[in-house]
Amino acid sequence: MSDTLITTLQTLADLTGISGNETQIRSAIKARVASHVDSLHVDALGNLITCKHGTAENPLRVLVTAHMDEVGFMVVGHTGEGGLRVETVGGIPERLLPGSHVWVGKDHIPGVIGLQAIHRAHNNGDQNAAPIENLIIDIGAKNKDEAQEAAPLGTPITFATRFREMGALVSGKAFDDRAGCAVLIALLQGERLPCDVYGVFTVQEEVGLRGARVAAYAVEPHVAFALEGTLADDLPKEDKDVSPTTELGKGPAITVMDRSYTAAPRLLSHVLKTAQAEGIPHQIKQPGISGTEAGSIYATRGGVPALTIAVPCRYIHSPRALLHPGDLENTLRLVRAVIARLTPETLAIA
Amino acid sequence: MQTTFELLKTFTEAPGPSGRENTVRDRIAEHWTPLTDDLCTDAMGSLIALQRGSAPAPRPAVMLAAHMDEIGLIVTGLEGSFLRVHALGGIDRRVILGLDVIVHGRRPLPGVIGSRPPHVLSAEERRKIVSWQEVFVDTGLPAEELAGLVAVGDHITVDRELVALKNDLAAGKALDNRASVVTITLALEMLRSRQHAWDVYAVATVQEEVGLKGAITSAYHLAPQIAIALDVTFGKQYDDDRPGTFDLGKGPTIAMGPNFHPQVVERLKEAAKAEEIPYQHEPVSGGSGTDAWGIQVAREGIPTGLIEIPLRYMHQPVETAALRDIERAARLLASFVARLETDFRPQWEDEA
Repeated sequence: MSDTLITTLQTLADLTGISGNETQIRSAIKARVASHVDSLHVDALGNLITCKHGTAENPLRVLVTAHMDEVGFMVVGHTGEGGLRVETVGGIPERLLPGSHVWVGKDHIPGVIGLQAIHRAHNNGDQNAAPIENLIIDIGAKNKDEAQEAAPLGTPITFATRFREMGALVSGKAFDDRAGCAVLIALLQGERLPCDVYGVFTVQEEVGLRGARVAAYAVEPHVAFALEGTLADDLPKEDKDVSPTTELGKGPAITVMDRSYTAAPRLLSHVLKTAQAEGIPHQIKQPGISGTEAGSIYATRGGVPALTIAVPCRYIHSPRALLHPGDLENTLRLVRAVIARLTPETLAIA
Repeated sequence: MQTTFELLKTFTEAPGPSGRENTVRDRIAEHWTPLTDDLCTDAMGSLIALQRGSAPAPRPAVMLAAHMDEIGLIVTGLEGSFLRVHALGGIDRRVILGLDVIVHGRRPLPGVIGSRPPHVLSAEERRKIVSWQEVFVDTGLPAEELAGLVAVGDHITVDRELVALKNDLAAGKALDNRASVVTITLALEMLRSRQHAWDVYAVATVQEEVGLKGAITSAYHLAPQIAIALDVTFGKQYDDDRPGTFDLGKGPTIAMGPNFHPQVVERLKEAAKAEEIPYQHEPVSGGSGTDAWGIQVAREGIPTGLIEIPLRYMHQPVETAALRDIERAARLLASFVARLETDFRPQWEDEA
């Protein structure tokens, strides 16, 4: 099972799809799930909505989402000399950008982000990184016309990172949220569960949790789970008492509360009891940090109990993230078990 | 035969941090062995290859020097499953977050320069250029395993493949100064089939990035009658076209100034003109910061010249140069060497 999850993650992570440009990812996912689900369609925003019927023992409709989009850049201008001006799509700290190789457009034209040589840079003691409006992506174009031709306004750009194994971990770009996509694909490829499972691969999470919102409206689920690749801060830091947020290798991270939502108590308790009963390692993510699709799903229509279950990843929103393969497997195990054990009574639905 | 891009890829992607140049040296030696008559590594680690001239012995000798070392990092400590590091040479901390690296421990280990997630940092912290105290390397290995594989003092190099940009440009790491190693390699190929009276010593020097050490010692050892250093200079960029930058694709520069013997400079220009090789004039008012600076004062003094390849984003993992400038520099170098008469010695204007 782990081979399949990792291979899927590798394939998806090496593809490119910034928010609003998820086609490559959607095609790859479709090819993997089409024969395992009972229906499949693409909605107005580009969400891939699938349904896998249950064994009819249970009337619940369960929504499970994972977002296909990744953070990146978009071309917003061209310099007279042939450089590309860009803005970030989603949140990427500017100090991570200089020195990067990037892929420009769907043909992955190579580009680089460099600064004035340190030997020549005037530095008046400024210790701040260059703001994005001062950065230029160099594709080697010799003038503005050539740059415009190769990378017109709106061209998507991503980090040029290829998946690789690193020690006990695996690494690549866009683990937020191709990790969630890999888990959801495996869930749909697996055996039928007692209830109907709507597996939805969403768009535009990184620009405001927008895909999940309309998908939740359309599916009208009784309960929802957002699968994520979330941040791990189990890193060296000056203040040792700071929470690691999540830690690699300790199992799926369960979100009690983040900046977008608070978990429904009954649902949270069901998830924790399931993890304990099945002996699945798990951890509670430090509350109050970042936002997830559960936040846009739980306030849909009359309200939907929703919860985020995430694979801890170091260095999300950077050129290369790291995760522990065991966490990926345990996330899948937990999600399957949680859905299998769901009953209308769990949610107190009459 | 390999294309210039392939040769540059071979040389730039090989690790060779200052003081640990063995891997890149082996790769260069493979290419230089069939092109030269004799080859050795000196006490400092510089690779010296001799292509004999046609004049009767004892022949004068010209030294062609390009440094093969690259900037990198060095392990200063282990902290759990992470490595603390410091700069080795002038690596630029503005560009290192998120960078892929190779840790040269008991075996090569892939790593990445980590950083705390933006979600847990203040807006002020997120903007800050990272300080060396905060920089750490993540290899994905558990602490116990890491401790068995990596020790304080181990070297770390950037892991970056060379990519082709538009208009014959190539971008990657360590083009400073493997671009010049390619130049010398191409020149040796040309000189193989072109008569030259002088002996040619091709030298891939060590430890340039930490103070020109290999050039100083190899020049002492070889005591050449003339030396030409090859290096990179600041290329014009979209955000820097002030004086002191040179266009990519318009030819290598020939440097002039106190670091260089005027007659060597003249000879280089004549060679370029004779073979219609485009070049750019590079005034250098003092120290050139290259091997030429060290070689010039070796022994009783050596007449020195400098050819440079314009390079964007120097000391960053996206160094960018034009392949045709590298090829032109090679033609210029071969032409200069082939035109040295047996009895030529650089002289001063006021010498009889």
